[in-house]
Amino acid sequence: MKPRCLRWRTISACATIAGGCASLPVLAQSEAIPSFREVDSMEARVQGCVTCHGQSGQGTSNGYFPRIAGKPAGYLYNQLVAFRDGTRHYAPMNYLVAYLPDAYLKEIAQHFASQRPPFAPADPMKADLETMRRGGALVAGGDAGKGIPACVACHGVALTGMEPGIPGLVGLRPTYVVAQLTRWRVGERHAAEPDCMKRVATRLSDADMNAVAAFLSQQAAPTDPSPEPANVVRMPLACGSQK
Amino acid sequence: MRQPEVTVMKLAFKILLALVVLAVAGAAVLWWLRPSALPEPGRASTAPKDATTEVINRGEYLARAGDCVACHTEPTGKPFAGGRAMPTPFGALFVPNITPDDETGIGRWTPDDFYRMMHTGVSKDGTLLYPAMPFASYTKVTRADSDAIFAYLMSVTPVRQQNRPHELKFPFNNRELLIGWRTLYFKEGEFIPDPKQNAEWNRGAYLVQGLGHCAMCHTAINALGGSSESKAFEGGMIPNQNWYAPSLTSNREAGLGNWEIQEIADLLQVGVSHRGTTYGPMAEVVYNSLQYLSDEDVKAMAVYLRALPQRDSEPPPTSQARLVSPSVMETGRKIYSTQCAMCHGEEGKGHPPSFPPLAGNQSITMASPVNSIRMVLNGGYAPGTRKNPRPHGMPPFSHILDDEEAAAVVTYIRVAWDNSGTPVDASQISELRKLLPE
Repeated sequence: MKPRCLRWRTISACATIAGGCASLPVLAQSEAIPSFREVDSMEARVQGCVTCHGQSGQGTSNGYFPRIAGKPAGYLYNQLVAFRDGTRHYAPMNYLVAYLPDAYLKEIAQHFASQRPPFAPADPMKADLETMRRGGALVAGGDAGKGIPACVACHGVALTGMEPGIPGLVGLRPTYVVAQLTRWRVGERHAAEPDCMKRVATRLSDADMNAVAAFLSQQAAPTDPSPEPANVVRMPLACGSQK
Repeated sequence: MRQPEVTVMKLAFKILLALVVLAVAGAAVLWWLRPSALPEPGRASTAPKDATTEVINRGEYLARAGDCVACHTEPTGKPFAGGRAMPTPFGALFVPNITPDDETGIGRWTPDDFYRMMHTGVSKDGTLLYPAMPFASYTKVTRADSDAIFAYLMSVTPVRQQNRPHELKFPFNNRELLIGWRTLYFKEGEFIPDPKQNAEWNRGAYLVQGLGHCAMCHTAINALGGSSESKAFEGGMIPNQNWYAPSLTSNREAGLGNWEIQEIADLLQVGVSHRGTTYGPMAEVVYNSLQYLSDEDVKAMAVYLRALPQRDSEPPPTSQARLVSPSVMETGRKIYSTQCAMCHGEEGKGHPPSFPPLAGNQSITMASPVNSIRMVLNGGYAPGTRKNPRPHGMPPFSHILDDEEAAAVVTYIRVAWDNSGTPVDASQISELRKLLPE
């Protein structure tokens, strides 16, 4: 199986990613190829997800598709329902889950929430130091002057998210993070009201978004990737998805 | 955009214009016929003044069989409140509110009004309905069934929601054109049982031809949005959805002549079977409608569908593998072996019903490669149904395979294992890719 993994897009990816093939996880490619042990298992049932999100939800070498492993089941379920009902727009996802009932979407969400695959090594840093400094400041402390709370205030001190509805941010690539923040700001992506993320996204400038995304992408893998338990801290903004 | 397409568009436009002129002329000639185009209500209502629980329950079941909810409800909207946009080649239609709200729904309708609408395609106020409403099929529905559906609709929660006007292009925004369309394509009349067939066949025929409105997709639609009875169930592209609805009368497509009754019933009601799986628009039909039908009704539909006369005039084609260059075949085989064989097996036998077989699968080998290409590019999940609530799924490969690679693997599955499909080339992948969700 292994030599095959070097075919496909790996070759073109090698050409574009600095550092060459040596640092490119060949494993990540084979993790994106359908594989399972038992036909009658959740592992086999979620093969529809693996070419984009990886066998265990760890993500793939494609920067746009997010890691979903270990995100809170409530968050993943909300996203699956939103894709099915068309309240979150991404045509390939809308199509895939269009005719799946709630109970099954919940089971899929729980499946990926319980996965703990290793984190892929961070891509080489592209941002300059000033950008990284601004990103770090926003993530750890926010910007009181602009009314922006720290990411860690809701997404967890280790950025692994919070039960039941707030996703972890470690292991997400800049392309995905910037795209989601932008969609939130322009009103294409929503969460349950009160939509705290909308309030945050509308206060972030383009430069802020790039800075946050660049900083997040360089974070080391957490020792415990599990989300924080629900509401052990008071959150700075009211969030509908935490109800 | 591209030159050949512009030419085709121009030609199509000329043909369309000619047809429209004909239709307008026809409409004018038929103008004096208009009173008779508004038929009187049919037989007297059999509905008692207050519908019983039994009638309402039966109406709910029949409304499921007719899949009213799929079009008359927005994805996150209230049931039957309408508002859903229905894109057509002629512009967007906005489906009306059929909740029993007095002002904005059908709260002031009578069973007679409802039957006339179902049976003749004429609304309570005399407006001619666009044939996106499948009255050409619903005309077959009996008065008693129409009354039961009406009783059920009267029992749902009324929703005050104004209907949104249609946004149809000229000349299709002129409803008088429908007089011409009706003359050409609409044949009014309740289902008449065939005494030469048994009760089960007749029940199946009633459901398939009537409430099931299968002909809406499985009979080709022409440039005027009409379909011809002589081509019934012969298949065609579904406008605006870019899926091919296979022929039900050809064993080379979705003809079911050599399927077991149980396999047909499973496909319809469960969404998966040992012969094939439903995806796309057919998955929607199973999800919203067919999964709720009784085992008896689904079996009756299977009996009728299997008995449809098969119209294949030529002998079945043999494997087309000889038409494929060895290098393309080898590229396709390698991709298949890496990406597809895990679920579908090296020999294409699959793990049915979880992962469908590809060897001998008519939906892979049929003349139109559209559905096979779509599946490779976008993947798909079978519908989650009462008998299969946790379906298996196939991932998208559009971001993994380029046009040449996708063409090679689709070609491979269409010709390998003695499959009798024809090769596809990269341009077909590229054309479809532009139309599909990415």
